[in-house]
Amino acid sequence: MTAFAVRPKRSGSPGGLSRRHALLGGLCLCCAATAGLSARAYAEAFTMEEVGPGIFIRKGLIADASPENVDAIANIGFIVGRDGVLVTESGGSLADGQWLRGQIAKHTDKPVTHVVLSHVHPDHVFGAGAFAAEKPVFIGHAKLREALDARGEFYRQRLIDLFGAERTGPVVYPTMSVADTAEVNLGDRTLSFTAHGPAHTTSDLSMRDSRSGLLFPADLLFVERIPSLDGSLKGWLKELERVKASGATQAVPGHGPVRVDLAPAVADLTTYLTALRDGTKAAIAQDIPIDKAVETVGQDQSGKWQLFEHYNRRNVTVAYQELEWD
Amino acid sequence: MRPTLALTVSLALSSFAVCAPLVPAAYAAGASDTDQERAARWQEIAKSIFGDRKIEPTDTLVTLDTPKRAEDAALVPITLSMPERDKIKSVSLVIDDNPAPYAAKFEFGPAADTRELKLRVRVNNYTDMHAVVETTDGKLYEAKQFVKASGGCSAPMGMSDEEAMKGMGDMRMKFADAHPDKPVAATLMIRHPNFSGMQMNQVTREYTPARYIDKLTVSAGDQTVFTMTGDISIASNPVINFSFKPDGKPIQVAASDNQGGRWTHSFPVPSQTN
Repeated sequence: MTAFAVRPKRSGSPGGLSRRHALLGGLCLCCAATAGLSARAYAEAFTMEEVGPGIFIRKGLIADASPENVDAIANIGFIVGRDGVLVTESGGSLADGQWLRGQIAKHTDKPVTHVVLSHVHPDHVFGAGAFAAEKPVFIGHAKLREALDARGEFYRQRLIDLFGAERTGPVVYPTMSVADTAEVNLGDRTLSFTAHGPAHTTSDLSMRDSRSGLLFPADLLFVERIPSLDGSLKGWLKELERVKASGATQAVPGHGPVRVDLAPAVADLTTYLTALRDGTKAAIAQDIPIDKAVETVGQDQSGKWQLFEHYNRRNVTVAYQELEWD
Repeated sequence: MRPTLALTVSLALSSFAVCAPLVPAAYAAGASDTDQERAARWQEIAKSIFGDRKIEPTDTLVTLDTPKRAEDAALVPITLSMPERDKIKSVSLVIDDNPAPYAAKFEFGPAADTRELKLRVRVNNYTDMHAVVETTDGKLYEAKQFVKASGGCSAPMGMSDEEAMKGMGDMRMKFADAHPDKPVAATLMIRHPNFSGMQMNQVTREYTPARYIDKLTVSAGDQTVFTMTGDISIASNPVINFSFKPDGKPIQVAASDNQGGRWTHSFPVPSQTN
C-alpha cells in the first residue's frame, strides 16, 4: 500500500476518511471498534500475535492513514533471534514504530539489530525512526534509496498534514542494500532476502525465515485488502511466480491476516491482477478512454476485496498507463 | 502566497523553478476555501488571461466533465464537449489552483470536430476548473467544475528522469472506425515526461527543470485540426482524444517543447468503411 501518499487523495473533512470509516463499519469489526478512539487508545487496542517461534506480528488496520490511526495499517512485527531482534516491518509512523518498540521490550531485552524497510511506502517505513537511536542495520532494496529520495519528503508532508510532525518522524534510509539476495544471521536463525523487480513498487524486498520457513513477502502479497499498484502490473505478476517458487507454504502478508497459506493467497491476488491486466488491455484495444475504463475494469472483483471502491479505479489508472504503450 | 499564482498564469513560462517554494503553501490551501474565495481567485485569473472581456456562463457551448474525486492527481482525465462546432473558435482550460493555472488552449482549424476533446491533466489542489470557449463572433463563455485532488504537480514520477525521458517525442495515433461523411475519433499519444518543475530529481535532489510540450499542431492534410498551447499542467506522456473531418490525407502532428525539442509524425488515416 498505499495510494494516498503516492498520489494523494484527501478527504474533505479534517478528521479524514469518514466515508472510509463508514465503509469499514460494515466490513471489519476490529476497525469499527477502534475508529473513534484517541491515537494512544488506538495503539493500545492492538496486540501482537505469535505466528511462529519467536515471530510476533501485529495486524494492520484495513483502512487508510488517518489522524486517529497514525498510519498503523500495515502488518508489522519482529523476530527474536539468539543474538538480537529483527524488525520485519517498522510501522507507518514514528508513533506506530514507537508502539512496536514498546511491544518488543515486553517480550525481550535483546537489542534491535536489524530493521527491514520492505519498500518505499510510508505505512512500511515511517516507523523506522523509532529504532534509529539503537543504530540497527536498516535493510532495504537497492532501489529504495532513490525511491525515498524521490518520495520520502513528499510522504512525510502528507503524514504531517494528517497527524503532525512529532508523530510522523523522519525519513530513514537503508544502511544495507540488497541488489539481488542477501542473508542475515541472528545466531539461531537466518533471514534470506530477495530484491524483486518492479512489482507492487520498484523497491520490493521479500524475506524468508530459516527457522519457521515463513515467507515475508511484504506488499508483494495483499490479503483481504485490495492491492495497490504502484510499480508494474506485468512485473508484479512475474514476481508472484518467484514468490510461489520460493518453496514456502505459509506467509506473513503485508496487509490482511498475520499468517496465511501462501498458495491460495497468491492465487487470489493473481486473479485480481490478471483481471486488472486483461480488463485494461481490452479497454485499450476497444479505444475505451481511461476515464471510462476506470468505471468498468475489474468491477467483477469488487466483492472479494476490502476498500475496493477506493483503490480499484486508481489501479486501473496506473495499469492503463503501463499498458497503453504496449 | 496566493496572489503569486495569478502572476504565473502565463502559458509561456520559460522556467518553473520559481514554483518550488510554492509547494508547501499549495498543500495547505485550497481544500477549505469558500466559494467566495474561489470566485474571487477566478476573477483574478480570468482578468490576467482575458483582460476585461466579459465571460458569460454557458450550459451548451461547452461542458466540462471531470472526476469529482481524482484517483490519481497526476493524471486527471478531462472531457470538453463543444457540440456546436460552427460556433467554436477556441477553448481554454484553466485549473484555478494549479501553480500555473492556464493549463491549455486549443485553437480549432477547419478540419476540427469539437464535439468531444479529452486530455489528462495534473491537479495540485482542490480546485475549480474552468473551460472558456471563444465563439466565432468573439464572445467568451465559461463552464466550471470543482475537482478534489491534490499533489498532482509535485508528485514524483516513480522513475528516474532518464527513464521518464526515454523515447521522448515518440507518438502513436489510434483511429476509431471511420464512416463516410462523419468525423473520425482519434487518440494521439506522445511520449514526453512533461516535467512540471516541481518534481524532485532522485539523484541530484534538485528540482527537475520544467520541460513540457508547449505547442502541438494536428493537421488533416493541409487543414488544421487544432493547435494546442500547453503548460506544466498537462500530465506526463500526454494523450489527447479528438475528432476531425477526414479528407483522405494523412494526419500530421508537430510537437515542440519549451526546451527546444521538436518532433513531427505523420499517420495515415484508415480508409472509411460503410
